[in-house]
Amino acid sequence: MDFAHSLRLIAPEETLSVAALILLLVSAWSGDKAARLISILSVAVLVGCMFLVAPALCSGAAGPDVTAFGGQYRADAFASFAKLLIYGAAAASLMVTPAFFARFGAMRAEYPILVLLASLGMGMMASAGDLLTLYIGLELNSLASYVLAAFLRPDGRSAESGLKYFVLGALASGILLFGVSLTYGFTGTTSFEGIATALSGGLSHGALFGIVFVLAGLAFKISAVPFHMWTPDVYEGAPTPVTTFFATASKASALALTMRVALEAFGPQAHAWQQIVVFAALASIVVGALGAIGQTNIKRLMAYSSINNVGFVLIGLAIATPQGAAAMLTYLVIYVAMSLGGFVAILMLRDGQGEPVEAISDLSGLSRTRPWLALALAMIMFSLAGIPPLFGFWGKFVVFQAAVQAGFVPLAAIGIAASVIGAFYYIKIVKVMYFDEPVDVVRGQSDWAHQVLLAAMAVFMSPLGYLLTKWLDGLATAAANVLFLHA
Amino acid sequence: MGGFPILSLMLLVPLVGAVACLLLEAQAARTVALLATLVDFALGVLLWVNFDIGGAQWQFTERHAIFSSFSYALGIDGIALVLIMLSVFLMPVCIGASWHSITKRVGEYMAAFLLMETLMIGVFAAQDLYLFYIFFEAGLIPMYLIIGIWGGDNRIYASYKFFLYTLLGSVVMLIAMLWMANQAGTTDIPTLMAYDFDPHVQTWLWLAFFASFAVKMPMYPVHTWLPDAHVQAPTAGSIILAGVLLKMGGYGFIRFSLPMFPEASAQFAPLIFALSMLAVVITSLIALVQHDMKKLIAYSSVAHMAIVTLGLFAFNVQGLEGSMIVMLSHGLVSGALFLCVGVIYDRLHTREISRYGGLSINMPRYALFFLLFTMASIGLPGTSGFVGEFLSLAGIYQVSSWVALVGTTGIILGAAYMLYLYRRVAFGEQKNADAAAMPDLDLREYLMMIPLGLAVLWMGVYPESFLAPMRQDIAALDARLARAKPAGDAKVTVGKPAAHSEAAAEGAH
Repeated sequence: MDFAHSLRLIAPEETLSVAALILLLVSAWSGDKAARLISILSVAVLVGCMFLVAPALCSGAAGPDVTAFGGQYRADAFASFAKLLIYGAAAASLMVTPAFFARFGAMRAEYPILVLLASLGMGMMASAGDLLTLYIGLELNSLASYVLAAFLRPDGRSAESGLKYFVLGALASGILLFGVSLTYGFTGTTSFEGIATALSGGLSHGALFGIVFVLAGLAFKISAVPFHMWTPDVYEGAPTPVTTFFATASKASALALTMRVALEAFGPQAHAWQQIVVFAALASIVVGALGAIGQTNIKRLMAYSSINNVGFVLIGLAIATPQGAAAMLTYLVIYVAMSLGGFVAILMLRDGQGEPVEAISDLSGLSRTRPWLALALAMIMFSLAGIPPLFGFWGKFVVFQAAVQAGFVPLAAIGIAASVIGAFYYIKIVKVMYFDEPVDVVRGQSDWAHQVLLAAMAVFMSPLGYLLTKWLDGLATAAANVLFLHA
Repeated sequence: MGGFPILSLMLLVPLVGAVACLLLEAQAARTVALLATLVDFALGVLLWVNFDIGGAQWQFTERHAIFSSFSYALGIDGIALVLIMLSVFLMPVCIGASWHSITKRVGEYMAAFLLMETLMIGVFAAQDLYLFYIFFEAGLIPMYLIIGIWGGDNRIYASYKFFLYTLLGSVVMLIAMLWMANQAGTTDIPTLMAYDFDPHVQTWLWLAFFASFAVKMPMYPVHTWLPDAHVQAPTAGSIILAGVLLKMGGYGFIRFSLPMFPEASAQFAPLIFALSMLAVVITSLIALVQHDMKKLIAYSSVAHMAIVTLGLFAFNVQGLEGSMIVMLSHGLVSGALFLCVGVIYDRLHTREISRYGGLSINMPRYALFFLLFTMASIGLPGTSGFVGEFLSLAGIYQVSSWVALVGTTGIILGAAYMLYLYRRVAFGEQKNADAAAMPDLDLREYLMMIPLGLAVLWMGVYPESFLAPMRQDIAALDARLARAKPAGDAKVTVGKPAAHSEAAAEGAH
């Protein structure tokens, strides 16, 4: 495996790094005037990277041909699937940003660059073949994210959210590192393949502790219960475009990383961690649903909704089968689209002065003052609740189908019954928008980029989305099979 | 009909109408909605005319494997045909009933109803397990909005209750469906109807389906969402709820529970009998003391649906045919009764029975129609109610005379609460001046009442038109159920006294 080949494989990462550095220089020279231009160029770079990674997914790339730097980095179909999602979500959340910050006069040239760097780190997480690559990617992503969360400097909530994210994120990284060191100590290697080989012989107590700590650290990143407490505060406090980015790209990358670590490195000892994941999945579904019920701020509600949704994704992980992994990826695509749509709709909620509207009570009677926005938001809510014929149902369907196929019928039954609790707060939003008398708070006009994105997501979530199921299923299966090559 | 996709067209017409209504002004939306439902009714008539009685079991089939894990498969047998006919027949009446009474957000209202029509036809026509589930479950969204936006005072509570109750019932069914599809390796409903699941597993699957259908039906004790939803829903909402949505539960039993899990159905028949007997007696008694007209009819619906479940689990042809006719008849009659309530509600804006009285004096034509539907609800011979209830109870009598006895009290109690209602509303003296000043039916109301009345009489006098398309399917179902048929308690056995005496005589030698 020569060096040139390795360098060719990491072309998306190289493009992102070089672009980020060049744009940083541009911003240093031309200042915040160039912010809009840099945003547009960053979106272009991200879209370009999507074209770079797409071929690996279409060809179902796997094995040593797409492994770079002696196994540290994989450019396989799974990484490609995750990166398409990450880059796409990052590009979309960049597109909705300028209109938000323009109001505060706070749009700075560094913002798109930080998003690029965070995306770079996320891509590396998805491509990691080694605990060290994992950690580098994770930290690159996290450090950029801490800054992004605190980006709205005049706003106390934003600073608070950045600080909370930083402190708790550092703690999570510490736990993860501790797990990494234990794993390394008891298996003698940091490469996923090596760990899998070492674990297939048997599981020592030390290695078990390693697994537990690594998974706990990752649970922080995906905001699974019981490590979910930071999510509502950070989602509420961070500027909405940043929350969009966290809820979509960050979530996708952290889940992709969790899948890689759990199924590839710890795959031979699946029964050792399955019960942990089963607990985390069910607890996330229930806590996410119950926590959301009393919320009055729609961003906090979306935060609990993301905890709830992570629970459903984890059901796919708990069964540890290729079908489960494929279902997770399908769910992830649909979830990313739903939260993107949800947050774009939230960004469009502005009062007469252009200030963001976040209180749920201010949405009263939205269906009469802004019928199309209300319709889109209602579709997103029903979709998140998993009511057919909206496309959100399909995500839950494939996850539970995989669970039933793998023989986890009680898990599926409990999970799906708990999803009814979640439906309660989603339909509450619909109730507020459709049944209550209008308060006419939401009056602001919205940017065309928001409208286009929201319309696209609404079409994707409509029953028309089902026409994509075959295609999506094929891609997700190809990507998920990569994780089980050695099993 | 060749390969013409008439079922898809029937799904498409209301859907296109729904989208159009969202974009239109109030009056235009009304017209579009009426046209769309009438076109769909015409297509339904075409469907019925072209249905080949005695031909293939599944007709008008369409199948396209355009989705992952399931396919877009449509097709109907006689049972589905009559239920689709019921839906498309009631829909124009619903639109007519809302013509003047709905004044706010007309476009959205009509869109919700047309969407509802698409989903109802989809439920009855789906031949794929998951496609059925999607249509079945999707009905929650328009119904939630209809109750919540255009309902009465307590609409929010009613809409939540309706949504969460039915959702909880359905998701459990989904898990069972996933298991079945995994086990049988197919999602094709006709194939699954002939697939023999392990009797031990059937128990669980049956319970999962029961959770969903019992709520939709609704069976005692999970019926409590119904009176709330009915009282709060607008007139047309009640018509469609009673007329068609409740039939989805019965359809589910006859399409899924019975043919797919015959052993479990036999095993749980006593449970069904017990719940149905309780429902017949208790809800009839509750209906007797209602002050609210819509609540009274809602409770009577629960009692009638209990007769349906009794007939379904009788495991014989009379019971099954009777249940189907009760479902059709109840669809027409309760729809018509809600319409009758709607007519006077539009004039006085109250559902309190005591606010009316002596309406036969100032509204004689209205009183005539109201009487016809009251009698049909009681089951007077010559009306549709009689045929269905008689057949169901005759069917159940072969299984258990006690159950039949208790079931029959429903008819007596039904006569009591319906006649009592009629006496208080139409007869007696005119206590309230405003009620006494109400004008009689207008042309629009005639146009809704007359077809309903004719249909009720047609089904009562010549039920063969409705039984003929179903006969073959019910016979097939009966044959499928034969192996699990429970023994009746009133079987006449032939003794052998003659042989006995001869033997005794021989012994004397």
